[in-house]
Amino acid sequence: MAEPAAPTPLHALHLELGARMAEFAGYALPIHYAKGILAEHLHTRAAASLYDVSHMGQIGLTPAADAACALEALVPADIAALGEGRQRYALFTNPAGGAIDDLMVAHLPGEILLVVNAAGKADDLAHLRAHLPTRVAIEPRFDRALMALQGPLAESALAALCREAATMGFMDARRLDVAGFPATVTRSGYTGEDGFEIGVAAEDAAPVARALLAQPGVMPAGLGARDSLRLEAGLCLYGHDLDPTTTPVEAALIWAIQKSRRPGGERAGGYPGSDVIAEQLADGPSRRRVGLKPEGRAPVRDPAPLFAAEAGGEAIGTVTSGGFGPTVGGPIAMAYVAAQHAAPGTRLWAEVRGRRLAVDIVPLPFVPPAFKR
Amino acid sequence: MLHYSKSHEWIRVDGEIATVGITAHAAEQLGDLVFAEAESAGTTVSAGGQAATVESVKAASEVYSPVSGEIVEGNPALAADPALINTDPTGEGWLFKLRLSDPAQVDALMDEDAYNAMLLDA
Repeated sequence: MAEPAAPTPLHALHLELGARMAEFAGYALPIHYAKGILAEHLHTRAAASLYDVSHMGQIGLTPAADAACALEALVPADIAALGEGRQRYALFTNPAGGAIDDLMVAHLPGEILLVVNAAGKADDLAHLRAHLPTRVAIEPRFDRALMALQGPLAESALAALCREAATMGFMDARRLDVAGFPATVTRSGYTGEDGFEIGVAAEDAAPVARALLAQPGVMPAGLGARDSLRLEAGLCLYGHDLDPTTTPVEAALIWAIQKSRRPGGERAGGYPGSDVIAEQLADGPSRRRVGLKPEGRAPVRDPAPLFAAEAGGEAIGTVTSGGFGPTVGGPIAMAYVAAQHAAPGTRLWAEVRGRRLAVDIVPLPFVPPAFKR
Repeated sequence: MLHYSKSHEWIRVDGEIATVGITAHAAEQLGDLVFAEAESAGTTVSAGGQAATVESVKAASEVYSPVSGEIVEGNPALAADPALINTDPTGEGWLFKLRLSDPAQVDALMDEDAYNAMLLDA
């Protein structure tokens, strides 16, 4: 470990709330608070939880129209047609079509706001600087705070501090005042629940967090619950379910390549690896991300190898995320498997502690989403 | 009377059979446990060797046998309710029973005071 873990703007509040802290991507972050991961996970699905995700990197691009068009040279998503007030999921690709990082892209009045993964933010910034034209100004805002308010009570909690939040739909993005502090608000998240992500200046983070935690039903939750929630929601974790060798087609993220950017679309291709991705769109990928439901109670975690038979044979896949789904009430996992073994209902075997455990391929997500449409 | 290992297991000896589990401190550190499994009956384990696995939402952890012997049985109640390890770590949440091969090894383990002192020092 070279550098000590950096505190987020909410560090003092975490300690005051009794968080169990751990280092993640160079930041000191709450893994859970006193009630533990299971309780925090279930509370998010039943009420609302506040997560500190200030480790994520926020980057502003201006002017919006130029930035949106230029960004299409780096991602397969349609950004040029992303209307003001809307947000969309995207991936930075490399020349092999692999994912360098995944990110959220919001079109706010006058700018494009990116939210990238903590571990990738320095590289992402360098990537943007190397490839965007000079007419696009790139402003890293890595000192800003970002909070995720997630769960069925998120709307009422945020609306108490910011009436307009209730009028937002899923993947809407606005600049609003929250408890009197200027914020960027998107109706999105990483849990499969309705909710919001709220970006504020570092010095405003604690008062905004305290105001949210004071609302009925809102409890703090840590990265542990965020991970089990996103796994149940079938969402990729970069570095596990996505990496530079996995393409969006292999990752079952074709929905993140809008029609306008696919072969035959008005702005087809034009991003790194678009030839590889076009070929996979036409012919199908050789491997695919799938959901796995272990037959027994034992969690199957990454990087457990997967086999087509209970004994012998070569591995035909690898678990990339796995654990226990508190809402599912049992073990769940995601994996990459060879395309011929990827159909839902296929029985495979995962090798765990030297034994092969039966797992079945199931459709994702494990828990149906509860987004505000 | 319980004896304790440095790796946070406890052992209760009753004649030639001993019961083993993880301490309240270990259970609290691991968080909510969602799965537990001992090596199958008949497996021979040596002192410090892996004898069981416990899993929280986040991670799997190995549990070591404080002494040498042969696994007699795993706790059958944990299959349905692994959270017993959190709620009653030194009682209902026991992990496995062991037939001791060298009972004298128990004398080398810590008593409760020594174990608590180790926790305070950490």
